[in-house]
Amino acid sequence: MSKIILEAHNLSKAYPMRAGSQLTVLEDINLSVKEGEFISILGPSGAGKSTLLRILSGLIVPTSGKILYYGKDFEGAKPKIGMVFQSFALFPWLTVIENVEVGLKAQGTPTDVAREKALKMIDLVGLDGFEEAYPRELSGGMRQRVGIARALAIEPDLLFMDEPFSALDILTADNLRSELARLWNEKKLPIKSIIFVTHNIEEAVFLSNRAIILSHNPANIRAEINIDIPYIRNKNSKEFALLVDDIYTILTQPKKEIPFVLRKERYQFLPHTKVGAIAGLLELAQQNEEGVDISKLTSDLGLEVDDVFPLIEASALLGLAEVKEGEIRLTQAGKAFSKSDVLEKKVIFKEMALKNIQLVKQIHQVLLNAKNKRISEAFFLEILENHFTKEEAWNQLEIAIDWGRYAELFAYDYDTGEFYIEEETPVQQETV
Amino acid sequence: MKLQKSFPAIKGFSLPDIIVMLMFLSVIGIIFFLGSQWKGDLSSVANISLDYKYLPLYVIQSISRIAIAYFLSLIFSIIYGYITKRNKVTEVVMISLLDILQSIPVLSFLPGVLLAMISLFPNKRIGVELASIILIFTGQVWNMAFSYYHSVSTVPRDIIEVAKANHFSKFYKFLRIDLPFSSIGLVWNSMMSVAGGWFFLMACEMFAVKGKDFRLPGIGSYIQLAANQGEMQKVTLGLIVMVVIILILDFLIWRPLVVWSQKFRVDNIQSEDDKESLVLNLFMTSNIIDRLSRKFDQLIDKLNLIMLRFEKRTEQITTKKHRSSIIYLLLLATLCVMFFEGTKNAINLILKLNRDDVLMLLKAGVLSLLRTLAAILIASLWTIPLGVTIGLKPRVAKILQPIIQVTASVPATALFPVIIFFLIKLGGGLNFGSVFLMLLGTQWYILFNVIAGATAIPQDLKDMAKLYNLEGWKKWKVLILPSIFPYLITGLITATGGAWNATIVSEYVVFGGEVKKTLGLGSLISEASATGNYSILLASTLLMAIIVISLNRLIWKRLFSLSEEKFRVE
Repeated sequence: MSKIILEAHNLSKAYPMRAGSQLTVLEDINLSVKEGEFISILGPSGAGKSTLLRILSGLIVPTSGKILYYGKDFEGAKPKIGMVFQSFALFPWLTVIENVEVGLKAQGTPTDVAREKALKMIDLVGLDGFEEAYPRELSGGMRQRVGIARALAIEPDLLFMDEPFSALDILTADNLRSELARLWNEKKLPIKSIIFVTHNIEEAVFLSNRAIILSHNPANIRAEINIDIPYIRNKNSKEFALLVDDIYTILTQPKKEIPFVLRKERYQFLPHTKVGAIAGLLELAQQNEEGVDISKLTSDLGLEVDDVFPLIEASALLGLAEVKEGEIRLTQAGKAFSKSDVLEKKVIFKEMALKNIQLVKQIHQVLLNAKNKRISEAFFLEILENHFTKEEAWNQLEIAIDWGRYAELFAYDYDTGEFYIEEETPVQQETV
Repeated sequence: MKLQKSFPAIKGFSLPDIIVMLMFLSVIGIIFFLGSQWKGDLSSVANISLDYKYLPLYVIQSISRIAIAYFLSLIFSIIYGYITKRNKVTEVVMISLLDILQSIPVLSFLPGVLLAMISLFPNKRIGVELASIILIFTGQVWNMAFSYYHSVSTVPRDIIEVAKANHFSKFYKFLRIDLPFSSIGLVWNSMMSVAGGWFFLMACEMFAVKGKDFRLPGIGSYIQLAANQGEMQKVTLGLIVMVVIILILDFLIWRPLVVWSQKFRVDNIQSEDDKESLVLNLFMTSNIIDRLSRKFDQLIDKLNLIMLRFEKRTEQITTKKHRSSIIYLLLLATLCVMFFEGTKNAINLILKLNRDDVLMLLKAGVLSLLRTLAAILIASLWTIPLGVTIGLKPRVAKILQPIIQVTASVPATALFPVIIFFLIKLGGGLNFGSVFLMLLGTQWYILFNVIAGATAIPQDLKDMAKLYNLEGWKKWKVLILPSIFPYLITGLITATGGAWNATIVSEYVVFGGEVKKTLGLGSLISEASATGNYSILLASTLLMAIIVISLNRLIWKRLFSLSEEKFRVE
């Protein structure tokens, strides 16, 4: 039996908000990492994957719960932590070798030992000959190799990777992924386990031997799936495709916990989308009466789950589509919407938004009752900031502006920051 | 093979080595010279000779004062940054304190600082020297402190996490993260600060407090003395020497520093037109510098080891926390007592003012406000059209930019004697003349920013304007003014601040042994400082600070955030 390196018990993370309320990002997370495990954490964007990773690596302190490292208190143990960032996080003014050495030197490793270890890691990630180059001379893929070498150089037990390949182009990312899988499989990495955050399902299935799937708002663990396919995995094998499909199903299943369903006690969360994109998705989905497989739709479009998810959520929220077992199917209204012309579309959208979207409804109501049919954005921000962070409150309002404008329910004046209802004035004849 | 490449073999001495060594030698020589000068008695202070042969010695002393004040500013800025970043409370307090301090004109600090220094070193020249250095320091430090704080607060989160994951010691984080990230901003602000040092040099080298004259040998006092004695030839000579020195310093220090600091750019894009500096290239090829920097790196690693051990030890004895909290309490109590005593004293001083004084103060406030506004307006009237014309034509910009830069680097205060000479000949008083003097010091901020703004207008928008035949006023309204707006605001903010500071030297001028003045807050401060009228000094300083801060908060900050939101071209 392999030893357990890291245990997390009842982790929660909440951020204080105005008026004493709290925004809970993570709720009651329990997990353990054994030696020799490659774990991936999956979930929709904004689910708190990165927050969880940072808590597990000791960078952020959880609001409650505790983390044990080989059975001892994590903070007291002060273990070495390797961290690979999406943004690479290299020092632009240090050369490749200086970047790789930086962690060793910070911990007081003698110069010659540090140099030797750094060179070894640079060899391992295939950057031979680039020791004296500066990061800005390197391509994105090579920069991330430096990032990985730096994390490995301090020889940590645990390597944390935060969407390490998502800032790279598809081919480069594929290449790096295969190399990571090979190095891991050949046990060439000076580490015991990897914890890997991604929103790319195929990536998780390709690399890890256990996938942890998070729900969101707030995040808790929806499912843990063991992946026993031997390395190096073939993406075209039936086994692989089935697993990918399974995870899609879990991620898209409209269970109570996920935000497709309106929750009474929580303010409705609007997915970050524009009306145009929702309409586009509905067009695609209507091609098949029986419903369209989401994973197929995603790969057909050449998009990531992250891009398509908000659209599906938004269509479901609006009551224009339903999601069942990894398939998206249009509702009656949705079908009508996708078939009509621009003006009719607006009418249907208006009706559905007024019926289903809390914020749009609220803005419209308040405006109808307002004296001169004008209300400052501050009013709605005030309400929203009781439920969301400042930044998210803005996002929510912007989405409502986009949707409300499309439905011609209300307008928004950017300069004064006011919402208003346009008077029904006859269209003026343009003088030619 | 690889290892050899990074540790080049050192063979003999090259020409750069010899030059570098000579430079070190001269620095040591200057330090000894200063030491011998400063040890002297106060009585020798007033003897400033207008003989040419003393000029080099004066120049060295002036540069040393500015340099010492500058390094003090640098150290202060870094420490201030750390205290500010300590926690949320200190952040709020320290930042607003900084805002207030930077709105207080240099001369207001003079009497207090000078008296303190003289009582510390009775009858010794070092007292006056230190007072002068502290004065220059107060003119240099604030924008550097702001810049450092700003850079440290905007270090990307990922980089901070790298430091955390690798258990960087505080010392290592400072050297490897904070300092590199702030270097570009610090270099630019250092240039501005030192330029400010030259601007106020005359006021800082030759001053009267409580009717007593204090003079320190330096290029600033040389020019002023020559002007007082009506020796225009020597004024001109002093001026030329000063400008040449500024240009040499720019070539030897600032240009290399600016180019070198480009290394610390955060964006990962390879810049097309990497700037060059002859001096920097010289340094880079010098073996000695190479060896020294390697030694320096090793020293950092050694120091880091010590710091690591130290931090571990302090961590183990965190249980003894209550001892440090007692020290904190004592510190806080002392601060409270000082605060209380200071406020009491200040209120007493202000209460001594009678009604006439208050009326005069208010009138002076209005007059100075009008003058600064007039200066800014006149400056905008000519700099905006010129700046836009230059900025829209890259070829013209390439030719004119260096010329303007040289012109702008002349400290306007040094020109004052010449200008006053003509103003008096023309028969104009200082009432309007002072506006002109302020203009000299502040117009450049607007011009440079407008040029930068016009250069940054995207080609697409310019093409669009051409396609739609946008001409004349329409083109200004639709394209040019909105595009340069953020830059213009930045320039105006800096220029207004500069104009207020310049009221002190432009509303009250000593020329030909005579005092020329016109009513205004600046002249009140200068006069009160010279005659030792602390009530007026304090009240006028306070009033000026209030006006400057309210203008900043009520007008400029709002315009600035508007420009950030609406008119940013990306």
